Amino acid sequence: MAVCRVRPRLAGLLVNGLLLGGATITLLPLVWMVSVSLMSPGEASAFPPPLLPGRVTFANYRELFAHAGMGRYLVNSVVLTIVVTLVSVLFNVAAGYAFAKLRFAGRDRIFKVLLGALVIPSQVAMVPLFLLLKQLGLVNTYGGVIVPAMAGIFGIFVVRQYALSIPDDLLEAARIDGANEFRIFRSVIAPVLKPIVVTLAVFTSLGTWNDFMWPLIVLNDSELYTLPVALASLSREHVQDNELMMAGSVLTTLPVLLVFLVLQRYYIEGLTLGSVKG
Amino acid sequence: MRNVGAAWCFVAPALLVIAVFFFLPVVAGLAMSLTDFDIYALADSGNLRLVGLQNYAQLLQTPLFWQAFGNTLYFVVVGVPLSITVSFGAALLLHSRLVKFQAFFRTALFAPVVTTLVAVAVIWRYLFHPHYGLLNYALGLLGIPPIDWLGDPHWAMPAIIVFAVWKNFGYNMIILLAGLQSIPGQLYEAARIDGASMWQQFRHVTLPMLAPIVTMVNILTIAGYFQLFAEPYVMTQGGPLQSTVSVLYFMYEEGFKWWNLGSASAVAFVLFLFIFCVTAVQLRLARWQSAA
Repeated sequence: MAVCRVRPRLAGLLVNGLLLGGATITLLPLVWMVSVSLMSPGEASAFPPPLLPGRVTFANYRELFAHAGMGRYLVNSVVLTIVVTLVSVLFNVAAGYAFAKLRFAGRDRIFKVLLGALVIPSQVAMVPLFLLLKQLGLVNTYGGVIVPAMAGIFGIFVVRQYALSIPDDLLEAARIDGANEFRIFRSVIAPVLKPIVVTLAVFTSLGTWNDFMWPLIVLNDSELYTLPVALASLSREHVQDNELMMAGSVLTTLPVLLVFLVLQRYYIEGLTLGSVKG
Repeated sequence: MRNVGAAWCFVAPALLVIAVFFFLPVVAGLAMSLTDFDIYALADSGNLRLVGLQNYAQLLQTPLFWQAFGNTLYFVVVGVPLSITVSFGAALLLHSRLVKFQAFFRTALFAPVVTTLVAVAVIWRYLFHPHYGLLNYALGLLGIPPIDWLGDPHWAMPAIIVFAVWKNFGYNMIILLAGLQSIPGQLYEAARIDGASMWQQFRHVTLPMLAPIVTMVNILTIAGYFQLFAEPYVMTQGGPLQSTVSVLYFMYEEGFKWWNLGSASAVAFVLFLFIFCVTAVQLRLARWQSAA
């Protein structure tokens, strides 16, 4: 700390200056995206690249909704995200709680197998999963995205770690009072698990919204495209339409950024819960 | 017993989903990689033949597979150290007592992590534009001539690495920051009393205390970087001259463009095996290091 004692002001300036530089680099592309999305078509293709629109216009957004089917993609993304989040959080929370606090044959062995399977990248399953869903008639339907995502090992793991800290006395007391296990789960456990439920919900919804490879594979009909899949396909067609693509990027990524800003405490807690404390 | 029945009700839905839609496909994938499953078998499973390890042997003779493997390795070997160094630097800066507005900076540096990969890849494709891109404009101000980032086979992968570091470093930054914050202050105090300089404190307190977290961050980041797909899909479509075809991009085209599903399964397993071995070596190294 010798340096800091001699020149605390200089060191402070350096630390904060570096952080300011870093924050500029992370935020500038996002701010520039919003700015270009408000420019008239062709305006951004100039040298030097303009930072602000000469005249603010929402023409690109109108164009996306009127001719590129953006409204439809938005609905697809919203519906899929909500359904996947609701179902998978329910299944993962119930299973995570049971692995932590209830007794059943083979519990620890099953959990170990699940943990071991975390090393398998999900892409290993994709080809056969596609064929399986084809057999079930789920390819090219919402179900093709929803069904495989209804439970996840990581979610179960995170909930279990959290639920381990629930004191057994709490459960015993409720059992002695004659409550059955489902009643206990609903009225005793659910309130205790609320923070981890919110964390998991935020994680799952952002992950589902942003997911690209699987929806790209399983959804072929453009009517069913989610925003990322639609945006990737549009960007291959409209390579030169800078302003239009930026408007598409805003619509795709702004919702998740806003959700993150509002609920970031839960999100960041989840990040460190799965790693440092686990 | 009633309790045991209830317990199964809690775990059954999740286990059923994971068994049917994850474990079953993984095992089926291994089996499929030993067959010549292609578009004809897709139409009629009577056309399916068992071919043993032929898919694997054929892959090893496919130049594009080796190119994809080499590209992916390039992305991992350069991208991961760069990414973790930036994460570590940012975490140390945020952890400094001198920092003002810590919450703001943390959120700002983390923001790219939560953005949609496809959307920000579209943004960066324009930032990398040879004529109108902000990046070449900024380089021009420094007197550096414009670079055709995504159009030059030598620059396309470095460009994707720059983008990936920008997108991902915030994730490990948060984990390393939590690690730094969990190191007890007394350790630094004791080191100071012993006359340790700032560098010595970093070398003999911070690094050893963070070692387990750094190992974990390394393993997860390497595994993640091996799964490169959406960046080349959106930004370069594998080009120019196939310089950004990744293993997963190759698998995607093999499986879902040409419908060689047996061969695509083999690609997936080669990738998995490789990630698995790299992870095992790292764990071994970490154990050996902590014992030494």
